[in-house]
Amino acid sequence: MPGIGGRMSTVIKAKISRLLDRAEDPGETLDYSYQKQLESLQNVKKGIADVVTAKKRLQMQSQKLEQSVVKLDTQARQALSAGNEELARVALERKNVAQTELQSLDQQVAELEAQQEKLTDSEQKLRGKIEAFRTKKEVMKAQYSAAEAQVRISEAATGVGEEMADVGLAMQRAADKTEQMRARADAVAELEAAGTFDDLTTLGSGQDDIDRQLAQLSSSSQVDDELAKMKAELGQGSGGGESKQLEEGQGS
Amino acid sequence: MIVRISNEGQYRVDDGLHERLDALDNAAVAAVEAGDEDAFHEAFEELLQVVRSQGTALGDDDLEASDVILPPADLSFVEAGEEFTGDGLIPDAV
Repeated sequence: MPGIGGRMSTVIKAKISRLLDRAEDPGETLDYSYQKQLESLQNVKKGIADVVTAKKRLQMQSQKLEQSVVKLDTQARQALSAGNEELARVALERKNVAQTELQSLDQQVAELEAQQEKLTDSEQKLRGKIEAFRTKKEVMKAQYSAAEAQVRISEAATGVGEEMADVGLAMQRAADKTEQMRARADAVAELEAAGTFDDLTTLGSGQDDIDRQLAQLSSSSQVDDELAKMKAELGQGSGGGESKQLEEGQGS
Repeated sequence: MIVRISNEGQYRVDDGLHERLDALDNAAVAAVEAGDEDAFHEAFEELLQVVRSQGTALGDDDLEASDVILPPADLSFVEAGEEFTGDGLIPDAV
């Protein structure tokens, strides 16, 4: 007997049923019901497009950040070769911030990618169900009396309705994720606007608010380590500042 | 019976598996209540695995309604907690 006893599935099922109840009466005229299903499918497509847009935006930001990381690293080397350890330190601190943001962005892009795949998959399933419904509807219309067909189609519509409720759930989760990503993307954009990843050579020497925040944000020991490593690569003892070479991999 | 794994698909599962599924389902909820994240994932993943491995996936053109609906496989421990303390993954009908 397929009784339903698990507590988890009971809760979920009850909620899905309530979602279904809120949807239009599946017993409504067949053609209307089918029309409604097609509209739902359009909404799903729109939901997927939203996720894709959010993902592209994050990817663009990610690319920009990657460039910033490279640029700040180069600038740190240049500053160090020129004997300006303070500037090199600031550049490395910023590079740290950029790298941290980059990691989190990349992870979120991957999550959105997964959401997108899932939604596309759901859309395909829903499309299949709606198509099956259409076929069944025509058969029912031809074979049964109007009343009889109505009842049988109601059952079929419940199956489609459940699929729609499920896709609705997936879309809701994707929308939540997208919202979180938007917040993250905005935070990065703010850092950008504040000049965090700007060309350091255009900066004045004064310590601004961002500088102080950055210093707190980035673990200074990590910056120290990187600074020391960079010095070693540049063949500097203790801030001599003669070597101007910027080649990579000078041995370690 | 027909089991749906949310956001994944429907499976036709032998009625005989019913008790085992219920036990795993209840174990997952009990783990959530006990605040035991590892136990929750263990029970929940086994539950899904049983359905996937023992069940037969329904085709996209199948119009049957499900007897059992399970949450999506990527349900987090936090979401599971919310699900069973009211403010859930699927909002309560207003």
